[in-house]
Amino acid sequence: MKYMLLLRHEVNAGPAEGTPEFDAEMAQWGQVMGELGQSGAMVAAHGLDTEATATTVRIRNDEALVSDGPFAETKEAFFSYIIIDVPDLDAALGWAKRMPHVTYGSVEVRPLSSHEQDA
Amino acid sequence: MTEAAEAVERAYREEWTVLLAALAGQVGGDIGLAEEAVADAFAAAVAEWPTKGVPSRPGAWLTTVARRRAIDRIRRETTRSAALDRLETLMRDDDLSEPEPPDHSGVADDRLRLLFTCCHPALALEARVALTLRVVGGLEVPEVARAFLTTETTMYQRLVRAKRKIKTARIPYRVPDAEELPARVYGVLHVIHLVYTEGHVASSGDDLVRVDLCREAIRLGRLLAALLPEDAEVLGLLAYLLLTDARRPARTDDRGRPVALQDQDRGRWDRALVAEGTELVERALRLGEPGPFQVQAAIAALHAEAPHWDATDWPQIAALYGELSRMTPSPVVTINRAAALAMADGPHVGLALLAELEDDGRLDRYQPLHATRAELLARAGDHEGAAAAYRRAIELTGNAAEREALALRARRWERGGDPST
Repeated sequence: MKYMLLLRHEVNAGPAEGTPEFDAEMAQWGQVMGELGQSGAMVAAHGLDTEATATTVRIRNDEALVSDGPFAETKEAFFSYIIIDVPDLDAALGWAKRMPHVTYGSVEVRPLSSHEQDA
Repeated sequence: MTEAAEAVERAYREEWTVLLAALAGQVGGDIGLAEEAVADAFAAAVAEWPTKGVPSRPGAWLTTVARRRAIDRIRRETTRSAALDRLETLMRDDDLSEPEPPDHSGVADDRLRLLFTCCHPALALEARVALTLRVVGGLEVPEVARAFLTTETTMYQRLVRAKRKIKTARIPYRVPDAEELPARVYGVLHVIHLVYTEGHVASSGDDLVRVDLCREAIRLGRLLAALLPEDAEVLGLLAYLLLTDARRPARTDDRGRPVALQDQDRGRWDRALVAEGTELVERALRLGEPGPFQVQAAIAALHAEAPHWDATDWPQIAALYGELSRMTPSPVVTINRAAALAMADGPHVGLALLAELEDDGRLDRYQPLHATRAELLARAGDHEGAAAAYRRAIELTGNAAEREALALRARRWERGGDPST
């Protein structure tokens, strides 16, 4: 069963770059991502640049509308995703709880749609 | 009632959860599918037993029919699944003329799995309670809808959404492993407690107690205690429910109005339930793993053993509420602790503790705070303050019977008497 973990946190939440806390969190990321890879559950993972660099496109009445920023202004910014393949939701939640930012941000756990499951 | 109708009803009461739990396991944890198939089987029994006669082993007949209906439903889906293969293997051995009785050997595990799946934290709390009542308790959808004071359509949709999430997000059909078990057991206890509470003081409407929900919560509590007899909090919750339920005959007067604990005729308390509850809480405490439900059960046991209100062991009750406050701090616990302290050490001690809550503006609309404050002010001799607090409490009460009881107490204080004497 494949799930996408959508990782979010508020802008400026979490340790600032250059602090010992930031280094500690980086080490934690290295640890958990390493374990995820070794477990065989990892399908894909990518981090995103900040929402300030996002551009949103939509077409309405045949007109392309290009605008600055993410589609929806939310309190928590989407900064990374990980796709994992695990037996069930409890296993997926287990990994989600281990994401280092989860103490100040959040992880949404979504199953991939049914036709993606076998792909 | 005809013999056939009685047989259907008995089978429903005794076999619903067993059939559903086993079938859900056989179809890979798809609770929605299992529930529909088992409901189909009971509908078939209602249609066929009156004319064809009650089968010699009703449970076995229902198992076979439910399996067939599950297969029919899976076949209607486009893709063949592992569940279909499994069921067809089982069906080859089924014979309606001489069916095997339901396999009760793994029943305990099956029902536990069912309960833990329905109470999974990935489902909304309301959905957990509704699903537990429907799937584990076997309540009909209209009954569940009534319990939530919502329409059948709304409840039906809520249940469908929950069952669909179990299937598509693959919420596992199993008892959590040892590491996760304590937290998950607490979640199940919370749901059972909510079912009882909703029955104990109906949040709106005119009847104070909904006996059906209380009974169902106790049944679920007994089931869990039978399945996890070494879990202290499981025993604690059951003890708490039994001890609370023991007072039910005395909780309302002949007009359905609530009677406060201090005014209740203790001769009407159900002594058999008190004895069972007290024995359970003692057994739970001996396990040496204290928890909030055990503390609440211990408090209820102290009330149960007191011959009357004034002879209650108030210092001990106040101390237990202090303990509960450390485990699960909440305004409700603080209010109860204040009331116990007032009895042990005088109304001013209780009022001082309530004053801490009054500083929190969010509790201004919290009825129990005003009701308790009114009572303590009256006892301290501040009749004007008490009258104002009673008015506020009455304003905030949604239940008609409870509102009337508060008004009555306020009037009796106004006449200068102590309503408890």
